[in-house]
Amino acid sequence: MSTVNFTFDGKQYSGQKGESLASALLRNGVLHFTDSSYKDRPRGVMGLWVEEPNALVNIDSGAGEPMVMSTTIEIVDGLVARSSQGVGDLPDTRDNSRYDKVNRHVDVLVVGAGTAGLEAAKKYSDQGKSVIVVDDKPAAGGHLVYLGQAVPADLLSVLDRENVTYLPRTTVQGLYDQGYSVATERRTDHLDSKVHTEMSRIRTWHIRADHTVLATGAFQRHLVFANNDRPGIMLSHSAATYVSNGANPFKSAVVVTVDNQGYRDAVRLSQAGVTVNAIVDIRNNPSGPSVEAAKAAGIEIITGKTAIDTCEKEDGTVKCVSVGNPDGSDAACIDGDLIAVSGGWTPVVHLATFVGIKPTWDAKLAAFVVKHSDSLTSTAGMLAGDFGGDDNAEIFFGPTLTTEQALVAFVDYQRDATYRDFKRAIDAGMRSIEHVKRYTAIGTAHDQGKTSGTVTMGLIGQAIGKAPDEIGSLTFRPPYITIPFAALAGRDRGLLSDPERTTPIHAWHVASGAPMEDVGQWKRPWYFPKSGENMHAAVLRECAAVREGVGVMDASTLGKIDIQGKDAGQFLDMIYTNMFSTLKVGMSRYGLMCGVDGMVFDDGVTTRISENHWLMTTTTGGAAKVLDWLEEWLQTEWPHLEVYCTSVTEQISTVAIVGPKSRELMSRLAPALDVSNEAFAFMENKHADVAGVPARIARISFSGELAYEINVPAIYGLHIWEAVMSQGADLNITPYGTETMHVLRAEKGFVIVGQETDGTQTPDDLDMSWIVSKKKDDFIGKRSFSRADTARDGRHQLVGILADDGSYVIPEGAYIVAGADANTAPPVKHIGYITSSYDSAALGRSFALALVANGLARKGEKIAIPMADRVVTGVITDSVFVDKENTRRDG
Amino acid sequence: MLHIPCPYCGPRDETEFHYGSEAHVAYPENSANLTDEEWAKFVFIRSNPKGWMAERWVHSAGCRRWFNVWRNTINHEFGPSYKPFTQQPKSPA
Repeated sequence: MSTVNFTFDGKQYSGQKGESLASALLRNGVLHFTDSSYKDRPRGVMGLWVEEPNALVNIDSGAGEPMVMSTTIEIVDGLVARSSQGVGDLPDTRDNSRYDKVNRHVDVLVVGAGTAGLEAAKKYSDQGKSVIVVDDKPAAGGHLVYLGQAVPADLLSVLDRENVTYLPRTTVQGLYDQGYSVATERRTDHLDSKVHTEMSRIRTWHIRADHTVLATGAFQRHLVFANNDRPGIMLSHSAATYVSNGANPFKSAVVVTVDNQGYRDAVRLSQAGVTVNAIVDIRNNPSGPSVEAAKAAGIEIITGKTAIDTCEKEDGTVKCVSVGNPDGSDAACIDGDLIAVSGGWTPVVHLATFVGIKPTWDAKLAAFVVKHSDSLTSTAGMLAGDFGGDDNAEIFFGPTLTTEQALVAFVDYQRDATYRDFKRAIDAGMRSIEHVKRYTAIGTAHDQGKTSGTVTMGLIGQAIGKAPDEIGSLTFRPPYITIPFAALAGRDRGLLSDPERTTPIHAWHVASGAPMEDVGQWKRPWYFPKSGENMHAAVLRECAAVREGVGVMDASTLGKIDIQGKDAGQFLDMIYTNMFSTLKVGMSRYGLMCGVDGMVFDDGVTTRISENHWLMTTTTGGAAKVLDWLEEWLQTEWPHLEVYCTSVTEQISTVAIVGPKSRELMSRLAPALDVSNEAFAFMENKHADVAGVPARIARISFSGELAYEINVPAIYGLHIWEAVMSQGADLNITPYGTETMHVLRAEKGFVIVGQETDGTQTPDDLDMSWIVSKKKDDFIGKRSFSRADTARDGRHQLVGILADDGSYVIPEGAYIVAGADANTAPPVKHIGYITSSYDSAALGRSFALALVANGLARKGEKIAIPMADRVVTGVITDSVFVDKENTRRDG
Repeated sequence: MLHIPCPYCGPRDETEFHYGSEAHVAYPENSANLTDEEWAKFVFIRSNPKGWMAERWVHSAGCRRWFNVWRNTINHEFGPSYKPFTQQPKSPA
C-alpha cells in the first residue's frame, strides 16, 4: 500500500492509495465530517458505499464535482475535498475533461460482480455467450472484498475470458425496455487529481442485452431512535469493514441489531481491537452460527432490547447509547464511541423496479427481495433473497419514542426528516409511501432513499399495524446515483449539442453584423443594423425600404420538397385544401394543408415545374413534418399513386428581391428576361440566367410588394446575393431579416403557421375560406369542416387590432376582453388573444393580429387589454392593414 | 428505449422511429356520406387496448418507410412486424 496526501477542509491528511476518502478520514481520526443540511447537526459517515446519506463532499481538484459521497471517492495524491452541507457548489470554471459514449450489443449483461454476479457470468460464458460484467466498485468480489477474503480463482478468472468484458467502477444508471441499459464508467478520477483530456473521464455505455442478470447486492439500513445521527453512529457492516482495514478511530462499541449480521460485525470489530461492550438485540431468542461465534468471543448479549437514545461527548460525537424495551421503558446507558447499527438488509431493487418488476416482502429476512426470471431479466444473490442462510431478522424499525425524542430521531439523514415529521404525515392520513415521501421529503435527497425507503415503509407498517408489503412497494427512477450532465452529453457539447443549419449566404450575414434568430435548427439573420441603430430603428428602416424601394431577403431556409410522378397533381389535390391538378405548367399557387381534424398545420407555395414535376415549399420549421406527412399518406393509404417525394431544402438557394424597385433590379440581373407585368405575371415562373447562373425566378410575394424570388443551385446562393447587392447599390438595396419579413407579412394579414395558429384553427377561422375548394369531392380535413364544433358560432377568428394609443405595441400573447369590460374587476371573461404585434413604418403606428371569438362579425367593436400596469383600449379591425386591393404586387 | 423490429432494416432503437398510432384504421372513402359520429370515430377514437395491439411506426431516421407491428402495451414486448397491405400475422396473445 502506498501512501497518498490529500486535503480535506483545508487540512492536509495522508491515507492509503485506493481507500475511500471516508475511510482515510476515519483512519485520521475524523468523525465529524459535516453538519446536516437544515438542522446543523454534526454528522459523520454512516455507510460504506452509495447508500451514504451524510458524508457528502465537494471535490475542488481535477475536473471538480459538487455533492459526491466521500464513501465512493478513491483518494489520490493532490485530492482536494471540502465538506458539503447537503447543497453542492458547481465549479465556476469550465470542465475541460473529455466525456465519451460507447454503444454495445451483448448476449448477457451482468450487473454486479459479487459472488452471485460472477457465478452468472461464468454460467453464460460457459455457454459461449458474450457477457458484459458491470460493477460499480474498484474490485470484483462484492462482500468478499469487504470481508478481506479471497475471491475464488475460478470465479475471478471468468473476467479475463475472451467472451467477457468486465467494467469496474461502472454504474448501471438505468435499465429500460427490451434489455437496454445505460451505465457510466469512471476512468480517471482514481488515477490522479488531474484533468484528463487524452482519455475520457467518464464513459457512458449504452448497452443492449438479450438478457440482463441483476446481482446488485444489498445495503444495510439503520434504526430510528432518538439522536441516531451523531458522529460515531454507523451501520455495523460499514463500521466493521473500515475498522478491519485499519481505519479505526474507535476504542469501544455497542452493536444494536435486529438480525445475525450484527453478531458477525461485532466479532469483526472485536477481532480488530475494538472492545464490544454489548450486542443489543431486539429479538428474544437469537440463534444461529453467528450468534454462537459472538458468544464464543465473549461478547455480552442483551436480548429483547434496543437503542432508545444516545448521549454526546463535548465534541458532538457519540458517548453512549441508552438501551431499553421497545416501548421505551427501562432505558439505561451503555458506553461506546461507536454505536454500530444493524437494522436489516435492503436489497438493491432499483434496476428491477425501473422495468416494472415488483419486489416482494420476505418476512423471514425482513427485506424486499426480487425473485424474478424471464427471458429478458433475472435476479441473483441477495437481491433474490439469498442472504447466506444464517439470517433471521426481526421486522423492527425503531422503538416507541416520546415527542421530544421523535424530534431528533432521524428517518432520512440528508433531508433532516425525523420521526416527528413522519408521524405528522401519518396523523394527516397519509398511508402510501408515495404520499409520505412527498409530505416529508423522505427519500428525495441525493441518495433517493437508499437507506430510508424501506425504513419508512416499515415505520408506516409499525404505525398502522400492517406488514411493509401491505403498504405498497417503493418505485425508483433512473439515475441510480447522481451523474454529471457532462457524462450524459459526452462529446455533444457546444456546436455538437444540436446541429446548426446555415444557408450558403450565412457568412455574408455574419460579416454584416446581423444578429441571428433561431428558427428550428436554422440560423436566420434577424435584422441588419446600421452602426448605432437598435432593432426597432433597423426594422422600421428595412420595412420602409421594401415598401418604397427594394429589399433583399435570404429565403433559402424555406422547406422544399421535390414531388414527381404522374399522379402528383391528384395527390396534391388531397393534401391541399385548394385545387392544384388544374395548375398550369410554370405557375405557382399558395396552399393550405390541414390535418384530418380540419385544422391548419402548414402552408406554402407549390410550383408546377413541368407536367409531372412539382416543387412544394413549406414553412421553415415544418419541412420535415410535412415530408413525413406526405409519405404517410402515400405509403399507408394511396400506394397506388405514382408519386415520389424528395427533400431539396438544402439543394436550392432562394434570394427574394422585394419592393417597387425590384423590377428594375431584376432586369439588370437578367437582361434577357422580359420583366414587364404582361410578360411575367404574378405567380408565374421563368427560367433565365441571373448574373450568369441559370435560375428559376418566381413572382411570389410574402409582403404584398412586387417581388421576385431567384432560385439557384445552393452553391450559387452567395454569388446571386452579392450580384443583387452590387447591381442594386444605386437603388439603395436593403438587406432585411426575419423581423422585417414578419412585420411586412402581418401588415398584409398573411398568417404564419405556428404564430397565428396553434393547431386549433380551420381555414375559416383564419378568414381564408377563399382557399377551401368547393369543387373537390374530398381533401384531407374537408369532412371535419362540417363537424358541429368546427361549424359552430363563436370560434376564435383572425382579425386586426388597433390600440387607441398608436405608439403602444401590445405584447404578443396578451388577452383581450370586450370593451365594456375595460374597467370590470377581475375575473373577466376574455374574448381572444394577440398573436402578432408590431410597430409599422407604413402605418406610422402600431398594429396587431389577434384571434377573437366571433371576431369577423365584430369589426369596429371596442376591446380592452388589461396589462399589469394599465388597461389598453382599442378596436377590432380587418386583418389586412396595407394594400387591401392587392395593387402593389404588380409594381 | 424500445427496440423496434423494422421489417426492412431489422431491430433498431426507438429514437430512429416515429409513432403512427393504431394500424388498420383506413381513411374512409365516402367521408361526405358519414354521420358526424362515424367521422368523429375515424378522427378521434382508437381502441387503446391493454395488451397486444397492432400499430403503425415509420422508420424516419432509417429507410423512411411505414410498417405495422404487434406490441404489447403492458410490457412493451414486440411481436411480428409486417409491411402495409400484406397479410397481418396473428396476434401473439
